[in-house]
Amino acid sequence: MTTNPSVKHEHEFPIRVLVAKPGLDGHDRGAKVIARALRDAGMEVIYTGLRQTPEMIVNASIQEDVQCIGLSILSGAHNAIVPRLMTLLKERGADDILVVLGGTIPAQDIDFLKQQGVAAIFGPGTPLETTVEFIRANVKPRGVPA
Amino acid sequence: MSRSTTEDVPKSPAPAAEPVRNISAAEQQWIDTTLTPALAKSPERPIGADTGTNRNPDGTARFTTISGVPVERLYTPADLPADWDQHIDKYLGQPGQAPYTRGIHATGYRGKLWTMRQFSGFATPEETNQRYKYLLQQGGSGLSVAFDLPTLMGYDSDHANSEGEVGKCGVAIDSLEDMEILFSGIDLEKTTVSMTINSPASVLWAMYLVVAEQQGADWKKISGTLQNDILKEYIAQKEYIYPPAPSMRLVIDTFEFGSLFTPRFNPISISGYHIREAGSTALQELAFTIYDGVEYVEWALRRGLDVDDFAPRLSFFFNSHNDFFEEIAKFRASRKIWYRLMTDRFHAKQARSQLMRFHTQTAGVSLTAQQPMNNIARVAIQALAAVLGGTQSLHTDSYDEALALPTEEAARIALRTQQILAYESGVAQTVDPLGGSYFVENLTLKMEQGAFQYFDKLDAMGGMVRAIEQGFPQKELAESSYQYARAVEAKEKIIVGVNDFVVEETPQEILYIGESVRESQTEKLKRLRARRSQADVTRTLSALRQAAAREPQAEKGKISDANTMPYILDCVRAYATVGEICEALRDVYGTYEESSWT
Repeated sequence: MTTNPSVKHEHEFPIRVLVAKPGLDGHDRGAKVIARALRDAGMEVIYTGLRQTPEMIVNASIQEDVQCIGLSILSGAHNAIVPRLMTLLKERGADDILVVLGGTIPAQDIDFLKQQGVAAIFGPGTPLETTVEFIRANVKPRGVPA
Repeated sequence: MSRSTTEDVPKSPAPAAEPVRNISAAEQQWIDTTLTPALAKSPERPIGADTGTNRNPDGTARFTTISGVPVERLYTPADLPADWDQHIDKYLGQPGQAPYTRGIHATGYRGKLWTMRQFSGFATPEETNQRYKYLLQQGGSGLSVAFDLPTLMGYDSDHANSEGEVGKCGVAIDSLEDMEILFSGIDLEKTTVSMTINSPASVLWAMYLVVAEQQGADWKKISGTLQNDILKEYIAQKEYIYPPAPSMRLVIDTFEFGSLFTPRFNPISISGYHIREAGSTALQELAFTIYDGVEYVEWALRRGLDVDDFAPRLSFFFNSHNDFFEEIAKFRASRKIWYRLMTDRFHAKQARSQLMRFHTQTAGVSLTAQQPMNNIARVAIQALAAVLGGTQSLHTDSYDEALALPTEEAARIALRTQQILAYESGVAQTVDPLGGSYFVENLTLKMEQGAFQYFDKLDAMGGMVRAIEQGFPQKELAESSYQYARAVEAKEKIIVGVNDFVVEETPQEILYIGESVRESQTEKLKRLRARRSQADVTRTLSALRQAAAREPQAEKGKISDANTMPYILDCVRAYATVGEICEALRDVYGTYEESSWT
């Protein structure tokens, strides 16, 4: 039984994550594996399913009161989708939600996406633990007064 | 949207109990005097981390295929059925005759090499046309069209949903005009064309047929393949538009049309590639694919078609993944299984109805973003497995597969890999070289048995459409892919360059496609809509809607009144767009949304 206060805190207030497939891309193997790995790590995960618009994702994130949005994009549409999504989050006052991205993202697009507010990009081959730990270390904790 | 469900989805069938091995005296002597001392001196060590899947309960090293099937130290005659030699004609047979385990052609590749058919398409039809001419010049023996996501999903390039997506994963095709450009300068009577398109397959096929017609090509002579396999979309690739029943109807319309008008064209490529890419094991890929085939046959028979009228033109498409011998066994088993089904279950009378003809693509999912040049070695091994498995045609992936669509150089190396296999390695010179290998024959038989166990389970569920509605294949895939991801995470399965043998790397040149394709296609659509006859478009779309809403009834030798193909052809000739035609069908059939199983 641990006495580490941050771990105890997480048990009381599990991290809530939304895993989303924006755009037309139907390749959901990775998104589903990540969703399950995050659950195994004690997080509460909502998987949106396919063909989500930025509006649908932002609405769901706010409704579900998540601390992190994980986007999976293998179609090449990331430069169109991400800015729209980040703008919507800001407009809705939800831009303290951690946004991370996985999929097929050319190296030359990484700077732009990070400028848009994506906290991390987890490319193919990223260990599951890396993603889990990053989210754990970087979400705004729940149960903390605003 | 969904949370993970603990619904009781039917479980995978239990594997058949291992038959007792009746080892020979010689083998026993080897065990006693050679093997046992060798193990005592130097125990076996797992290939990969010494944990989990790599360790037996008794602590000894465990070796499994990439699909988790145990692999024994040595295979001997004891690993074949006791009556193998007596009934070898039933188990193995000869190439070119039942049960086709050794191949569908008596002379293998000595009569004709496999078709080197490289999947290709990107950005605009103009650019893809150039790439096709390049591949043909470089020795590619057939074409294979990759369409972009908007086209695959039945949207025009200027649709709101197409933003960011146009031309990125394949070529953008909005109308007959784009198809004309795509095949400009390519003789469709001489060049066979495969098209990877599913939900809107009828539409793109109609466009191809009209281009062929414009060229003066004879529909009775043109040859190629339409992927058109909607079942695997629900299972794996997820590029569905309409619900299952109307989607199946559209597919059977193409069977009927093809059997009457395009006798050399395969209206379907029943696919396992995508099922495997989505995370299935080799056995699941084999079983689900072939059972999808069973489902298509049953729907066609219910339409009133005669099995021998359409079965000869059913084709298949498999993955070739890393585990070399497992893949070869899978390919060999597929031929025997299909033969058994077509004769025992469907009573096909013609020999041509019994043949499993398949295309293979090397496993994209196995290729790494790290140290991409290593992928050339992976693809070579996977391609070799496909050739030793007797594939009819082959696509080899490019080394930059995990990064982007291929550069011209990467695409060329992929083609050269096949040419080196064909012309330098010698493997094409004899039929089914691994026939008779104790290991390969044992694996082949196991695959066959395992497949039939899955068939029984799927039959009990009421068929593949029912199974899909219950989430059975989807859950199998999610489970297999998660187990594999865990094994990789634990380094029980090593991926060179990714979880071992890692180096610092700098990004390399890739094929980068920007937003200009959407802009140019949008402009083109504006001009198209301005010059075509809107009246013709409206009239043909309306006729299509009416036909689509009616139940087709097959009559021998005649096309059903309500078969959608002639109506789609009319829409295409009027330059209705992909989006407009698919929207007309959406009006009639609605759209499909899956429940998510993670």
